[in-house]
Amino acid sequence: MSEQTLKRVDLIFGEYSNEKYKVLATSLERTNEDILTDLLESGLRGRGGAGFPTAMKWKYAAEAPGDEKFVVCNADEGEPGTFKDREILYRVPRKVFSGMAICGRVIGAAKGYIYLRGEYKFMVPELKKELESYHEHIKELGLDFTIEIKMGSGAYICGEESALFESMEGGRGEPRNKPPYPTTSGFMKKPTVINNVETFVNVVMIMRLGPDQYKKLGTSDSRGSKVFSVSGDTPIPGIYELELGMPLDRFVDEFGDGDTKAVQVGGASGFCVPRKKFNDTVIGFEGVPTGGSMMIFNSSRSMYNVLHNYLEFFEEESCGQCTPCRVGCQQLLKGIVAVKKGEKKAVYLDQLMKLSESMKITAKCGLGQSVANSFSSIVNNFKEEMIY
Amino acid sequence: MVPTESNYINELVEIHGRSRTSLMPILQGVVALKNYISDQDMTEIANELDLSAAQVYGTATFYSFLDTIPRGEYVIRVCKTITCDMHGKRTIIQTMEDMLKIKVGETTPNKKFTLLETNCLGWCHEGPAMLINDTPYSGLTVEKVHDIISEYMNK
Repeated sequence: MSEQTLKRVDLIFGEYSNEKYKVLATSLERTNEDILTDLLESGLRGRGGAGFPTAMKWKYAAEAPGDEKFVVCNADEGEPGTFKDREILYRVPRKVFSGMAICGRVIGAAKGYIYLRGEYKFMVPELKKELESYHEHIKELGLDFTIEIKMGSGAYICGEESALFESMEGGRGEPRNKPPYPTTSGFMKKPTVINNVETFVNVVMIMRLGPDQYKKLGTSDSRGSKVFSVSGDTPIPGIYELELGMPLDRFVDEFGDGDTKAVQVGGASGFCVPRKKFNDTVIGFEGVPTGGSMMIFNSSRSMYNVLHNYLEFFEEESCGQCTPCRVGCQQLLKGIVAVKKGEKKAVYLDQLMKLSESMKITAKCGLGQSVANSFSSIVNNFKEEMIY
Repeated sequence: MVPTESNYINELVEIHGRSRTSLMPILQGVVALKNYISDQDMTEIANELDLSAAQVYGTATFYSFLDTIPRGEYVIRVCKTITCDMHGKRTIIQTMEDMLKIKVGETTPNKKFTLLETNCLGWCHEGPAMLINDTPYSGLTVEKVHDIISEYMNK
């Protein structure tokens, strides 16, 4: 077992420079091509969980035809076990605004929105104050890019980018068919870059450090650092900025309570990793990806209860638009209850597994497609707990 | 500008505008003011924004924080997602049920409190957690809940 502790990184939450919006000012002196080259070179991938290369997203939006474009910051942090975006917006909002403004200049947008989940409404007064000062600064910098806050109202699905646009447009938060992708048809059907809160902050880090220094953190597939939300059975729950590409066993050594049975990586829509697989699991895009949620369970926890809780969550949060997700979530939940009660034989779990696989293939958006992640990883690894 | 009692729909429309993108802020404004959106509110908003009442109803009923049935002055939403559940959500709910003499989903007869459960509030590292209207409370214990609810009862 390694004695070395995980390297704590202090980039994102690092001190502000004394000069407000300094990185933004120096970035604006550079050409859009230069900025995109640096982003591409840095290997930055979206921090919301899906990991799309940020430079490509910006490039597509910059090249998309249209005189009106938008930048949207996805702060609808709803994944169970995730709370890092709130912390980022609370502690370093100026870095978020700067990242959005750089994006606006690169793609040719004059308007940015922060879509903030309704659960975080208490943050609005502080954010608005900070935005006032931002708007004064960009006037001095001669940049035409305003930022406005839009509120969600308690719907997990609105973290899905196209559902988020629907919500911003005043509709039900029901995901759209893709393609077209947001870079050609996003908010108001206009070319839009939508990135996670943390992604925008990473852009600012790359602008400040340069891609070479940024790349020193992480692994070849997972560049940079990541803000992790650690919760569950741990003596030290909270927010930690760590290098990507770390082995899970070292994470558990550091954050577990000595009796860790499983770690749910990536929230309810992520994967459950049991103890026996800790030493060959890597946290990052080459292994188990995560938007930052790390929930630790010790041996006193029933994994049946964990799965039951997740399925209840999905059943409620499914938008109901497509049948595989709407009916699938209900049936998976009913199914595990029936097996547990002995109303169905244990082999029924195989049927449920097939159902979750069908959802993965046929559901319209990431919500329905990812239910199978936690379902199959919990059922496969903790079958006895599902039955007895 | 804060909308007044009588004419709140008109005033919200004046603040947020008449486009479809104004619908969410208007509905959120009604909830902030009246704790829920009545059928009459929805019809009026539809008229103002030149939408069908069904479209307004569709949007309003999609979101769990846009209540369309009467709620109390203080809406308590207790997080029921896994880490809060593991860390004693049940006791927290029980405490409030005893204090308020209502069950989850109900409103007190004096229309002061509504007790609800909700999905992940994003305070997993400090669970159990709850929202009272827009204010989050985390690291809840029975004693803490007693103090918080007593304070609201005296408001």
